[in-house]
Amino acid sequence: MSENGKIKAIVATDCGSTTTKAILIKLVDGEYRLIVRGEAPTTVEAPFEDVTRGVLNAIREVEELSGHEILDGEDIIHPNDGTRGVDLYLSTSSAGGGLQMMVAGVVKSMTAESAERAALGAGSIVMDVMASNDGRLPHEQIERIRHLRPDMILLSGGIDGGTITHVVELGQIIAAADPKARLGAGYNLPVIYAGNKDATEEVVKLLEEKTSLYKVENLRPVLERENLGPARDKIHDLFMEHVMAQAPGYGKLMGWTDAPIMPTPGAVGSMIEAIANRQGIEVVGVDIGGATTDVFSVFQNTFNRTVSANLGMSYSVSNVLAEAGIDNVMRWVPFKLPELSVRNRIKNKMIRPTTVPQALDDLKLEQAIAREALRLAFVQHKNFAVSLKGVQQERTISEAFSQSASGATLVNMMDLDLLVGSGGVLSHAPRRQQAAMMLIDGFLPEGVTRLAVDSIFMMPQLGVLAEVHEQSATEVFDKDCLIHLGTLVAPVGTGQEGKPCIKLETTLPDGTAVNEDIPFGEMKVYPLGVGETASVKVTPARGFDAGAGPGKPFESTLSGGVVGLIVDTRGRPFNLPTDESERVKRLDKWAAAFDAYPTS
Amino acid sequence: MAHAYTPGLRVSEKTVVRKERRLPIKGEVVVAKGDRVTSESIVARTHLPGNVQLVNVASKLGLPPEDLPSVMLKKGGDPIEKDEALAITQGFFGLFKSKVPSPCEGTVESISTVTGQVILREPPSPIEIDAYIDGEIVEIFPEEGVVVETVGTFIQGIFGVGGEKTGEIAVVVDGPGQPLDASLITEAHKGKIIVGGSHVKWDGLQKALEVGAAGIVVGGFDDPDLKRLLGRDLGVAITGHEDLATALILTEGFGEMAMAHGTFDLLKSREGKKASINGATQIRAGVIRPEIVVPLEADAESVQEAEGSITGLEIGSLIRAIREPHFGSLGRVTDLPNELRQMESESMVRVLMVEFEDGEQALLPRANVEMIEG
Repeated sequence: MSENGKIKAIVATDCGSTTTKAILIKLVDGEYRLIVRGEAPTTVEAPFEDVTRGVLNAIREVEELSGHEILDGEDIIHPNDGTRGVDLYLSTSSAGGGLQMMVAGVVKSMTAESAERAALGAGSIVMDVMASNDGRLPHEQIERIRHLRPDMILLSGGIDGGTITHVVELGQIIAAADPKARLGAGYNLPVIYAGNKDATEEVVKLLEEKTSLYKVENLRPVLERENLGPARDKIHDLFMEHVMAQAPGYGKLMGWTDAPIMPTPGAVGSMIEAIANRQGIEVVGVDIGGATTDVFSVFQNTFNRTVSANLGMSYSVSNVLAEAGIDNVMRWVPFKLPELSVRNRIKNKMIRPTTVPQALDDLKLEQAIAREALRLAFVQHKNFAVSLKGVQQERTISEAFSQSASGATLVNMMDLDLLVGSGGVLSHAPRRQQAAMMLIDGFLPEGVTRLAVDSIFMMPQLGVLAEVHEQSATEVFDKDCLIHLGTLVAPVGTGQEGKPCIKLETTLPDGTAVNEDIPFGEMKVYPLGVGETASVKVTPARGFDAGAGPGKPFESTLSGGVVGLIVDTRGRPFNLPTDESERVKRLDKWAAAFDAYPTS
Repeated sequence: MAHAYTPGLRVSEKTVVRKERRLPIKGEVVVAKGDRVTSESIVARTHLPGNVQLVNVASKLGLPPEDLPSVMLKKGGDPIEKDEALAITQGFFGLFKSKVPSPCEGTVESISTVTGQVILREPPSPIEIDAYIDGEIVEIFPEEGVVVETVGTFIQGIFGVGGEKTGEIAVVVDGPGQPLDASLITEAHKGKIIVGGSHVKWDGLQKALEVGAAGIVVGGFDDPDLKRLLGRDLGVAITGHEDLATALILTEGFGEMAMAHGTFDLLKSREGKKASINGATQIRAGVIRPEIVVPLEADAESVQEAEGSITGLEIGSLIRAIREPHFGSLGRVTDLPNELRQMESESMVRVLMVEFEDGEQALLPRANVEMIEG
């Protein structure tokens, strides 16, 4: 690999389950910029069964669009000689179902939850969480392991120096199940042991012959602290060695890349974590895909990721309907549509997942489903992103009254500074206003929150790039990846339609003075462009909190975006009218405030 | 532009169909290469390891785990009967003995002095794999399975439920646009694969289940009826394990829509012939579509295969619209413009111009059409 200073051209791919996306980054006038993006169908399945075909097709599209020669036949030209070739080639992958794991720990809400956090943080889908106290009988747990056929198992349990009995019992259950790997009949299933170090010898005796056993440091050495890094790193190594190496064509792809292939969600997660650390802010990121929705958050310096394995916009679209219920989906649809028609349309999207909404009504229905998928995925995330359970806390008298128990969610919407959306339905929404509305309705941010979307869904590639060349990843991320939608002001509290909610005072960059009392139940958008800021005074009415406390005014400099400065006085908690005609009227009014859809 | 292709469902009048038949774990292959088999022939068998039972003998006897070996009557690998004593304490002077009986028949798999557990494994259960289609064994995977090959008609559906079935094809409608009413299904259709036209309603499906039909192949079905059939809202399209006497295969999708002419005519031409069908569908990585295989009396050399070739869309290609507002309509491609075009939804997409069968012209996203063979 070239030295950092000499890197002039980079190509990075993300092999998704349906599409392989390639981006070309070049050093232009001293800074790294995205040049073009190309895509092609992923070719993991028959008749190709070779992921590199899709990679070459996507890179070829990049070549054609940019005029920059990258391929010599089927070889990537290395290094860049000024006119052709690239200095770095990197890739992420979620093709073939991504990384699917099963985790086990002694206590469900403690070591098992830490193990789940480690697996999710590494970018895996967690198929099941097994624990000594999960309510299942041993034979049921054994049956489950046999049935699932994960890519690997992470076994944890016990703090160092504690009792070894329970974690050894879990080892016995895994040994009795004699688990087989999902891919490749001829090799042993990888099992990572990250539990009580005193039980290592017994676990080795049980599992060494039946599985490929790897030992790492305990992921919960003491109750008060997690140590997820070693387990996470080992998962990444094994993902490459075992899972990727078994997938069609990956052996070849691994030979092409200048750094290990990362699981796509792992790469996106490290990007989100980097934003939070660099800016010192609380961040939520979401990637809504066809099959799954990933939510990432950093609150109180703690990174969390959840994957809702069956919430998505194509393969899993029908499951959004099943989980949310038809009424919850239809509440966002601003027109009447018979239930039979809605159900059949959604099923048809499920069985033909690559189709796109051609008609406007179809787009609105799809965006209604997206709101529910985002909402449900975020509910799961809030329940998972919690402080460590089982930790004794010292409380003062006043804290004892407030009862902030261990295991409380870390997600505090009032503290959230930035919400980043990514994935086809958000990144490719025909108008950015639609993406802003989906994010607001799906997440219901509180107080003051900046909104952004990943312009063309390139966070995965930038995530893996950041591992080897941070400067280029950061520059492209700041200039070409994030599209700032604007800042949202959303007071908490409820009231009556039309009654006072907040007062907004500011002077917009074009000189327009705003001094407006905005009643309850409105959506307002003020022009405040990308790179522009405005000093805004917000005075909430009694009972409403816009960030400084109930009824307390504040002044702040807010930044703009392609949508602008958004004020949402629809209340938190948010409720839609139950009367159909009133509901449709309001949805239309709010969409009109955003200029979200074309008017016929 | 990189090579773009539009996936279509396969509808082949005569092709070579190969089916892998594999055991879930290693076992014994009971046929040889070159053997002729029928769909019912057993090709491989094995024994699945029995269930495991864990008995905490130490805790039942109130002993520390490390004392377990001194009270065990059985050692690892020993067979054991249900209720036979696993372990016994000495008691006082031979009195007040406590024993732990085995909860099942099986073998002692392991004894742990760390946890005090004894692991018992129940006897293995046999499983057999049949050939699924009439044909010839052309490849053997030692201890794992075989490949069965036949020359026949091969039709893929878009979605199905229910596993593998065989039966004679019975076409009960006059044309691809006619719905499959309950009145068209009789006792004579027991064990048959009923081919309908555009749609089957709940009562039609119920009638097929009542008479014991092996399967229904039809254009469309309604989602609320699917929910009723499965007893749950199907969230993800992974099917095939439903316990249904009658498999259901949709050739077009959800809602009422005429079966493609080519598919219908082909099925009609195979009326009375034995077919193997499988409703199993998996729309995820590793896409599996439901299928209908009708073995024919022909050899592989007679087939001019175009298998595996992915044809791109061309002017004149026959396509079907697979999304509103033209869902289900068939037509021919009249133009393939290169540049992106804006749809009513304002999405900028690659498009094609199509002339539908009724003469109407429309601009459609390329992603919203499916190629039809023939």
